Amino acid sequence: MKMTIADVENVARLARLELSPEDKELFAVQMAAILGYVEKLNELNTEGIVPTSHAVPMENAFRKDEVQPSIGLGRALANAPRKTGTFFAVPKVIE
Amino acid sequence: MNIIDMTIHEMHAALKGRQISSVEAVTSMLQRIESVEPKVGSFITVTSEQALSAAKSADDDIARGVCGQLTGIPLAIKDIFLTEGTRTTCGSRILENFVPPYSASSWEKLHQSGAVLLGKLNQDEFAMGSSNESSAYGTTRNPWDTSCIPGGSSGGSAAAVAAREATATLGTDTGGSIRQPASHCGCVGLKPTYGRVSRYGVIAYASSLDQVGPLTRDVTDSAIMLEAIAGYDPKDSTSVDTPVPDYRSALTHGVKGLRIGLPKEYFISGLDPDVQKAMESAIDTYRRLGAEFVDISLPHTDYAVATYYLIATAEASSNLARYDGVRFGHRAEADGLLDMYTKSRSDGFGTEVKRRIMLGTYALSSGYYDAYYVKAQKVRTLIMNDFIKAFEDVDVMLTPVAPTPAFKIGEKINDPLQMYLSDIFTIPVNLAGTCAMSLPAGFSASGLPIGLQLIGKPFGEETILKAGYSFEQATEWHNRKATI
Repeated sequence: MKMTIADVENVARLARLELSPEDKELFAVQMAAILGYVEKLNELNTEGIVPTSHAVPMENAFRKDEVQPSIGLGRALANAPRKTGTFFAVPKVIE
Repeated sequence: MNIIDMTIHEMHAALKGRQISSVEAVTSMLQRIESVEPKVGSFITVTSEQALSAAKSADDDIARGVCGQLTGIPLAIKDIFLTEGTRTTCGSRILENFVPPYSASSWEKLHQSGAVLLGKLNQDEFAMGSSNESSAYGTTRNPWDTSCIPGGSSGGSAAAVAAREATATLGTDTGGSIRQPASHCGCVGLKPTYGRVSRYGVIAYASSLDQVGPLTRDVTDSAIMLEAIAGYDPKDSTSVDTPVPDYRSALTHGVKGLRIGLPKEYFISGLDPDVQKAMESAIDTYRRLGAEFVDISLPHTDYAVATYYLIATAEASSNLARYDGVRFGHRAEADGLLDMYTKSRSDGFGTEVKRRIMLGTYALSSGYYDAYYVKAQKVRTLIMNDFIKAFEDVDVMLTPVAPTPAFKIGEKINDPLQMYLSDIFTIPVNLAGTCAMSLPAGFSASGLPIGLQLIGKPFGEETILKAGYSFEQATEWHNRKATI
């Protein structure tokens, strides 16, 4: 398993992470080792095996469609790094 | 008896009999925290004032004749549980100033039962780690030997019980994060069946694996805590609507005729000799108590760590996408929106969290999704089927919790794969979604605790608690105290 700096940069971009040059070097080596290790799963024939996404067999969990009080604007905005009136404020998206 | 050494049931008797008050109990714990914290570092936040005021109101309740099992009992919880009005960091810089607007259901239930919150406990950042070294708030130290790790990710939860800084604690377990630190710190740690306890308000790591459970001084306390937190929660659609049994009344039923499986894949040659010895002695103890042993096989054990590190990191990369600096958490100054996301995340997350987000993103990315993520989900099915088949023949399984006692701080920090492999005996249980507990079963030559793992069938908590209680009654390991 080989992982280049360009591979690491591509994954970092998908993950919205900016890595230092040292972290890129480190992750290239470590991710290659870990991905090399997980390749042992290919020793197993899994043809026809149903994938498990959830350990407890479960159908859709329905609940009654009843109006419940929500946490309210004040508490919802209490942790906002920036807000304007009743909105979360973010940097400009469109110039 | 010293207040700080008491179990929940002992303290409950003392509170009910009015030998002590909750204010006295909480004051003793807070003094203990102040004196040992510089050496242990179990806590991220200590909530002294709220604790004393909650203790006063518990004493008022007791004076009025209201004294449940947990009324006035000083507890502490991992900093992964949201606590309304009290800072919750999950061990991360990105949540350094986060004060949740609501509480986790599991803590809310303990709170409603009258328990007093002493504070929030240290952990690996976002529960990603086996040693507590990935916390942004310093490494917790093992109270039995402060040069060693306490285990992780609920390292603070285990160390606080062992150092007698809290009567009991709450942790979470995604790949062994309750059982492994409980084993390394000599306490009882229970990971309930997936769906037994609500995950509402627990900061998500890997949602199909995460589960809440107690760390306690003995098995009776484990049963008391589980009974208080278990049950269906309409706010968590994955919590299961089955009745919560009276776990305490099942404890004394004994193990005569109990069929205990020994999975051969867990008794490997790489096992530490002290751990091996502790397992052999535990098997002898159970034989004397009338249990029967059956050799079994869980043939896909060797694939569990690889499966876990694909599924858990994939789920984590998705769950942690919410930390973008928009609504809560750290926000970096930036010119545009995308730049703000990237800078906020890069400042706020530590190295292990970034590594796992990278792995998960890779496993979910186009072109690799089937080869890694779906493949791992299929192997997960094979691992689950191993357990289903083995449990046709046995009631519980007995295994080590970890291949070695606690390792040294710094020993595995530069080799993530070696760190991941230390969870080899705990991870399969999370993948299978069933329940298991760790209980004290011996000590290494250098005086470090060794834990025994009992694995139960799905919703078989009563059986493992009963088996754990019988072992505890027949041994003295749980009575030893760390001299810190």
